[in-house]
Amino acid sequence: MGLSAAAPLWGPLGLLLTVALHPALSLRSARAWAPRHHRDYCVLGAGPAGLQMAYFLQRAGRDYVVFERAPGPGSFFTRFPRHRKLLSINKRYTGKANAEFNLRHDWNSLLSHDPQLLFRHYSSAYFPDAGDMVRYLRDFADKLGLPVLYNTTIAHVTLNKDRRAWNGHYFILTDQKGQAYQCSVLLVATGLSVPNQVDFPGSEYVDGYESVSVDPEDFVGQNVLILGRGNSAFETAENILGVTNFIHMLSRSRVRLSWATHYVGDLRAINNGLLDTYQLKSLDGLLESDLTDLAIVKDRQGKFHITLKFFLEENNQSADAITLPQDESDNFAMRVAYDRVIRCLGWNFNFSIFSKSLRLSSGGEFSKKYPLVRASYESKGSRGLFVLGTASHSVDYRKSAGGFIHGFRYTVRAVHRLLEQRHHDVPWPSTQHPITQLASAIIRRVNEASGLYQMFSVLADVVLLKENATAFEYLEEFPMRMLAQLESITGRQARHGLFVINMEYGKNFSGPDKDVFFYDRSVGHTEDAWQSNFLHPVIYYYRHLPTEQEVRFRPADWPLPRPTAIHHIVEDFLTDWTAPVGHILPLRRFLENCLDTDLRSFYAESCFLFALTRQKLPPFCQQGYLRTQGLMGTESLRQHGVESGLLRDYAAVGWRPGDSGQQPGSQGPGRQPLAPGPPIQHFDGNKEEL
Amino acid sequence: MMSSSFNVFRVGISFVMMCIFYKSAVDALPELSPQKFFSTLQPGKATLAYFCQADSPSTSVFLEELNEAVKPLQDYGISVAKVNCVTEETSRYCGKEKDLMKAYLFRGNILLREFPTDTLFDVNAIIAHVLFALLFNEVKYINTLGDLQNIENALKGKTNIAFSYVRAIGTPEHRAVMEAAFVYGTTYQFVLTTEIAILESIGTEDIEYAHFYFFHCKPVSDLTQQCRRTLMEQPLTTLNIHRFIKTMEAPLLAEVAEDPQQVSTVHLQLGLPLVFIVSRQATYEADRTTAEWVAWRLLGKAGVLLLLRDSLEVDIPEHANVIFKRAEEGMPVEFLVLHDIDLIISRVESNTHMKETQEYEDNDMEGPDMDIQDDEVAETVYRDRKRQLPLELTVELTEETFNATVTASDSLVLFYAGWQAVSMAFLQSYVDVAVKLKGTSTLLLTRVNCADWSYVCTKQNVTDFPVVKMYKEGENPVSYAGMLGTEELLKFIQLNRISCPVNITSVQGAEEFLSGELYKDLITYSRVSVLGLFSPTMTTAKEEFTEAGKHLKGCVITGVYSEEDVLILSDKHAVTLPALLLARHQEGKIESIPLANAHVQDIVQIITNALLETFPEITVENLPTYLRLKKPLLILFSDGSINPQHKKAILTLVKEKHLDSLTPCWLNIKNTPVGRGILQVYFDALPPLPLLVVVNLHSGGQVFAFPSDQAVSEQNLLLWLKKVEAGLESPITILPAQEWKPPLPAYDFLSMMDAAASQHPPKKIPECMKETDVQENGEQPEEKSAIRNEPTGTLRIKHWSRSNWFGEAKKSFAYDNKEL
Repeated sequence: MGLSAAAPLWGPLGLLLTVALHPALSLRSARAWAPRHHRDYCVLGAGPAGLQMAYFLQRAGRDYVVFERAPGPGSFFTRFPRHRKLLSINKRYTGKANAEFNLRHDWNSLLSHDPQLLFRHYSSAYFPDAGDMVRYLRDFADKLGLPVLYNTTIAHVTLNKDRRAWNGHYFILTDQKGQAYQCSVLLVATGLSVPNQVDFPGSEYVDGYESVSVDPEDFVGQNVLILGRGNSAFETAENILGVTNFIHMLSRSRVRLSWATHYVGDLRAINNGLLDTYQLKSLDGLLESDLTDLAIVKDRQGKFHITLKFFLEENNQSADAITLPQDESDNFAMRVAYDRVIRCLGWNFNFSIFSKSLRLSSGGEFSKKYPLVRASYESKGSRGLFVLGTASHSVDYRKSAGGFIHGFRYTVRAVHRLLEQRHHDVPWPSTQHPITQLASAIIRRVNEASGLYQMFSVLADVVLLKENATAFEYLEEFPMRMLAQLESITGRQARHGLFVINMEYGKNFSGPDKDVFFYDRSVGHTEDAWQSNFLHPVIYYYRHLPTEQEVRFRPADWPLPRPTAIHHIVEDFLTDWTAPVGHILPLRRFLENCLDTDLRSFYAESCFLFALTRQKLPPFCQQGYLRTQGLMGTESLRQHGVESGLLRDYAAVGWRPGDSGQQPGSQGPGRQPLAPGPPIQHFDGNKEEL
Repeated sequence: MMSSSFNVFRVGISFVMMCIFYKSAVDALPELSPQKFFSTLQPGKATLAYFCQADSPSTSVFLEELNEAVKPLQDYGISVAKVNCVTEETSRYCGKEKDLMKAYLFRGNILLREFPTDTLFDVNAIIAHVLFALLFNEVKYINTLGDLQNIENALKGKTNIAFSYVRAIGTPEHRAVMEAAFVYGTTYQFVLTTEIAILESIGTEDIEYAHFYFFHCKPVSDLTQQCRRTLMEQPLTTLNIHRFIKTMEAPLLAEVAEDPQQVSTVHLQLGLPLVFIVSRQATYEADRTTAEWVAWRLLGKAGVLLLLRDSLEVDIPEHANVIFKRAEEGMPVEFLVLHDIDLIISRVESNTHMKETQEYEDNDMEGPDMDIQDDEVAETVYRDRKRQLPLELTVELTEETFNATVTASDSLVLFYAGWQAVSMAFLQSYVDVAVKLKGTSTLLLTRVNCADWSYVCTKQNVTDFPVVKMYKEGENPVSYAGMLGTEELLKFIQLNRISCPVNITSVQGAEEFLSGELYKDLITYSRVSVLGLFSPTMTTAKEEFTEAGKHLKGCVITGVYSEEDVLILSDKHAVTLPALLLARHQEGKIESIPLANAHVQDIVQIITNALLETFPEITVENLPTYLRLKKPLLILFSDGSINPQHKKAILTLVKEKHLDSLTPCWLNIKNTPVGRGILQVYFDALPPLPLLVVVNLHSGGQVFAFPSDQAVSEQNLLLWLKKVEAGLESPITILPAQEWKPPLPAYDFLSMMDAAASQHPPKKIPECMKETDVQENGEQPEEKSAIRNEPTGTLRIKHWSRSNWFGEAKKSFAYDNKEL
């Protein structure tokens, strides 16, 4: 630019030439020592989460780039899982046309506007092959034209304070060639890439999951000990179960079965063949012990013996002389010698590339492998740094699906919505509705929304009421634990009360030791809905937006602070919450009582009657009939109304004074002031019909 | 509930037993002198007498209780008397001091027992003690387990034992046992103890107040064998003991070979269910063993019968092995396939449990049931759910077909949701429109179920239901904003056949447009045709008008004329350009309105106002457009067409501008029957029609009625209206101004959760919350159905049976009476 602008001036003014050339030269020389490649958004990693974020940034037309150290997207899946079978279900048929609903049962697709980019077009296997995931991710990046810098390893990330920057600092990323990039916002989607290793004497004899042979032939007639009790451990065991003498599995905690904990990261039934053989007395077995207390000793035959670290410290002798637990307790469970010990202890986040200045620390005691983030996925250490994807799982570890594609595709979208509001004044998307549509809006979402369903108790829908509760705004998939900061995150106002729509399992239903098949586990009656065990919608009503304190010190086991009122829609075997009496009616009653109004719908004739016999009209008549959008109904519906006692057949009314019968008017205020009207129906007639 | 059924029982006893005894008709406590008293004693007849000082107060707690005991004791043939110890007639029964007075039990004139008054602390204690004393031989009181074993051994092979533990003598439970002993004492050996150790030693856990066991000693032949024991699980009441003993007396297992629906045993009459074990010849022996085992387990809880299927004429489902018959009359028998005997037991037990809680709930039930639909639209749509709509007349669009369809042809699209009642109600009208238009319209009627094609609806900006949009080539889709009904939608469709405004190109065409000739078939839908007149240079004004025409698309026919010879028209109608010509087809009139500097909204307003009639017949459809004027309504209610004279009178007043502050209209009861409902609100006693009222809807809600004894003439009306306006008339009624509150409360789940968390019932239970709901928390799982999520139908049936149970229970007690 500098050069071309200077060119016409070359002839007449030599001085100008040097002036013009100077910035161009300095720019070139600067590259070696100062970052000049600026991007508003830098995404680290082109795995599913990185690509998902890239998609949203692309659609919003933002200035961004994705860095990927491998030559293609989804490099983790090129090697892992070692036995190539993904545990994420690829449910291609649900019997429903609703594409949003179908995403509830599609655990592999990323979100996009292109129906061709659904995983079901990539594999027909219910548990698909990891290779298909690699292919899918490549297509996702290519078809959508996402700009990924492949073969670019970001080796170092630092912070550069700058008052002009969006967040008061820039993130400086340096790649393997020393090329630096300056980013306003850093989106870390690097997953968990470092194998988790436990240090104990003899740990050098252990094969790691990442490198152990996957050929069952290599294990024929062997005694195998597997350390770990996750899916990778069981997946490894499953592969060699048929050829080994026996497999013992050792880990600190008891096995957590995903169908008991309702957490997809726990042991999935597809992998649990060893549990079956263990319990059916087939030599295989599970043991519980803390790995850090152990030691492995190799004998002369090259076999491994398990002993305690404590014995090693005692006497520093040759391998054969080391005390083994069976010397003292001759029925010690692991007294046999093992041919192989395999470590399958999971993965950790790679903290090493982040400079201390970023203050990216590891999560609490229970999620050490994850970086510490807020419920908004923003790092607690530095503003503008967000962790996406698997690495963001500390938010809902062992609870929801945030560590998996089918969960984090939604949390990534939530982060993107937050960024749009924060940096581009694009408020959180919302729709406006009259209050009469409230029950419908909620019913629609709880029946189809996939984000609510997958990210239950993490992302929730929010209904913001307008003044006098005549209208409302509907916001989807808000990170519910950021509720106190809703106004600043979404750019929407919550002055007049709000509803939060969440999905929850029963309070005491999930857990590794829970009997999830207990008799009569299901709740059928609407009045018992709060005891529902299976995933079901729960609606919280707040008169005021809860404060940060209230959210932080919410009751134990509650996803949100104590609300003004709460409603559970009773669990449903088909997850179809559209039953008029079982689901919609109790919801309406709840909403009515929160808003202190009557949300029933009325035919135009009833509204007509109300309009001429009352000074006030119910919302449905106000927002419909009075705006010439009354519901006229048909003759057959009218007949049913008359039969039910809810409508009156005025044409058949005798022309006698005092023959008031049961008029719809008696349902409303007026005739019976204050007290709700008596049951309006002829009970017998109604019930016979049923 | 309990006391009334007890009455039934007591009468039963009286019927059996009282014939032996002399039955006194006197219920009050007789007061006698000692001499008189002793003279009334009859041989063999028991009498309880309370001796007291004549000067003692006539009322005391004891006397009250004694008074209450008179009637029940009389039922057992025991008379009661109060003996006043006067100084002249000293008796040895008369104590020396006031507080040492005692009650004495005599048989004939022999003294059986004396009771200090404090042992007879209440009516239960009085009856219990008296019967206990009289039934000394029938009821053995024991202190040790050894006593019990001795009695048991002595009675093996001879008599069954009714063994009971009560916490103390004189308790209500003790009375219940004694009353039962009075009836059954000769049949069974009654054994009573107050020693909890005995109960513990026979292996009873969680001992509370009282226990009643039936020892089956009679069938025991081998003396080393123990008598089988059956524990009564219900609380110790006279009625329960009676029922229990009745079931002990019934055969353990009966064999039947008839329709289970017809079978009746004492169990049903006692309100207990019947369990039929279905047997075949081939497996008879094994089935009988099973049935016996079940019968022992269910003894006292249900009747067990062996049903011989082979010799049965009625059909039983092939695989059913157990048939369950409830005690409630009219309930169909249930055919079950149960592979585990425990399931039979639990079935019966859960049934009894359910009944108990239901009974409880029933008593607690206040106010209306929150589970009953009170939304007229939801209920009517639900009731109509099985009707097949001719949906094939409308094209169902999908994600794949939507865009192609709406771009290929002019389409009307109904966006609805299958689960939303309002849109399903409207779908019916929509289908009616399709029926009416069948084969006549070029417009494609389509629909999208947003429950299936969510993204299609979202993309079309449809987030509320229902929505109707019209898609025409080269135009933005237009949302239908009219009434959700067949007629109005039809009008919208018809008027949309022509462009809006229509471009008229000749004076001849303009004349035809104004006369209604041009769109003959459409003027039924649009009373008014509007023609905008512009000179060719008035582009801005013409654009404004065109825009207004688009706004009004589907409501009214609009046309535009802007040829060079436009002056011919403006001259003819004496108006300066730009101008509107309004042709009212029914009245055959053409109005002209100048349009100088009018903007889109003004033009829309002008036309909308022009659409209003001066004295319309008000209907359900058109009321909202007149209410927009925010004026009080002057309504003439008429049964049939309006009286022309009345119409004339009002039109005259309108013309003379006397009614400018009102919206005059009339209502034909025949066309709008709901008008009767309105009149019923206005008038307590209905005068004959026609009726003229002023309804001040928007400020105050007063309703004034024109005196029905006056003729509806201009003068009378005017005078009356002036009086109304001046506040000299008093309203016949004032319309209520209440807000629309929730028709019923909601379930207060928060309190229920709190209650469960604290293990205490909540402090405040909302009116409709049933207490049982809260208390049952702990044992919830037992109560629930085995089937996951019953369909709504079943749910409703449950409620039905719940509310009916009370009546059924009464019936079963009626049987009870007969039985005795």
